[in-house]
Amino acid sequence: MNVRGPKILFEIPVLGGIPITETILNGWIVVAVVTIFCFILGRNLSTRNPSKRQMLAEKAVTMLRDLVKTTMGEHNLFFLPYVGALFSYSILSSMMGIFGLRAPTGDINTTVAFALIAFFLIQFYGIKNNGLGGWLKGFIEPVPFMLPLNLVGELANPISMAFRHFGNIASGIVITILIYGALAGLSRIVLGWIPVIGSIPFLQVGIPAFLSLYFDLFSSFLQAYIISMLTMVYVGNANEAPSVSE
Amino acid sequence: MEMTEAIVKAASAIGAGIAMIAGIGPGIGQGYAAGKAAEAVGRQPEAKGEVTSTMLFGCAVAESTGIYSLVVAMILLFANPLI
Repeated sequence: MNVRGPKILFEIPVLGGIPITETILNGWIVVAVVTIFCFILGRNLSTRNPSKRQMLAEKAVTMLRDLVKTTMGEHNLFFLPYVGALFSYSILSSMMGIFGLRAPTGDINTTVAFALIAFFLIQFYGIKNNGLGGWLKGFIEPVPFMLPLNLVGELANPISMAFRHFGNIASGIVITILIYGALAGLSRIVLGWIPVIGSIPFLQVGIPAFLSLYFDLFSSFLQAYIISMLTMVYVGNANEAPSVSE
Repeated sequence: MEMTEAIVKAASAIGAGIAMIAGIGPGIGQGYAAGKAAEAVGRQPEAKGEVTSTMLFGCAVAESTGIYSLVVAMILLFANPLI
């Protein structure tokens, strides 16, 4: 892996060359894994004698459903597939560091895509629920003087969402690479004077596993949870429950 | 011309280091939040799960200023626009 960013692996020679980076390739792997996993979990369902596999799938869907219901409300339950897809893509791509692959979420383009989807959903429901006039009027409330502040506040949400996820995963990648380099140097100092064994960076065995435990398992779960939670909170606020008219 | 570039590089490295001082803020904030969460769990041990998830969510949101400084530092080190 490289500190400076994802490598360009090859180019598709259409439209002046579309570069395929490590991010895109690993993203495809994640999509394939999620698809296969969902396909396996969703096969042979039965109400009479559910298998262990079906129990697992039902447990996961129920947990996600309850989370969406409590955060966004009953009327927003149709967001369940999107939130599930976002969560599973985010967590699996952040966890790719375990296998030595570069995490797709460690690239700003991926997280900006997540944030832009949330941003456009927020604006879409703002226009849909208040009308175009009401949506535009929302920017000059409470006083027209507040217009620039409201605009900045509206744009700050997706930027902070994208940078938060990117920064957490990318800092994990950078710190892991730095620690690997430091351990190689340290083992050269300790055993470098022995002819053959000295060239093996023996300290790289085992010690980075503790880092991986934090960065790849804990942090990636936390960031996936947080980006889906923030998406749910923002979109849920933009699409309030319809008031019951009598 | 080489001298200018060397000065810009050195200043960028120092600037990246200074930018990461912003890490103090989220550190204090998250520590405070974790302390309060520990207090809350001590007072109401049955609400442990809810307190923990609220704390983690709040911590992650409070972290964003630290992340901004990290992004600034990484731009200065790896994608410097000044050179």
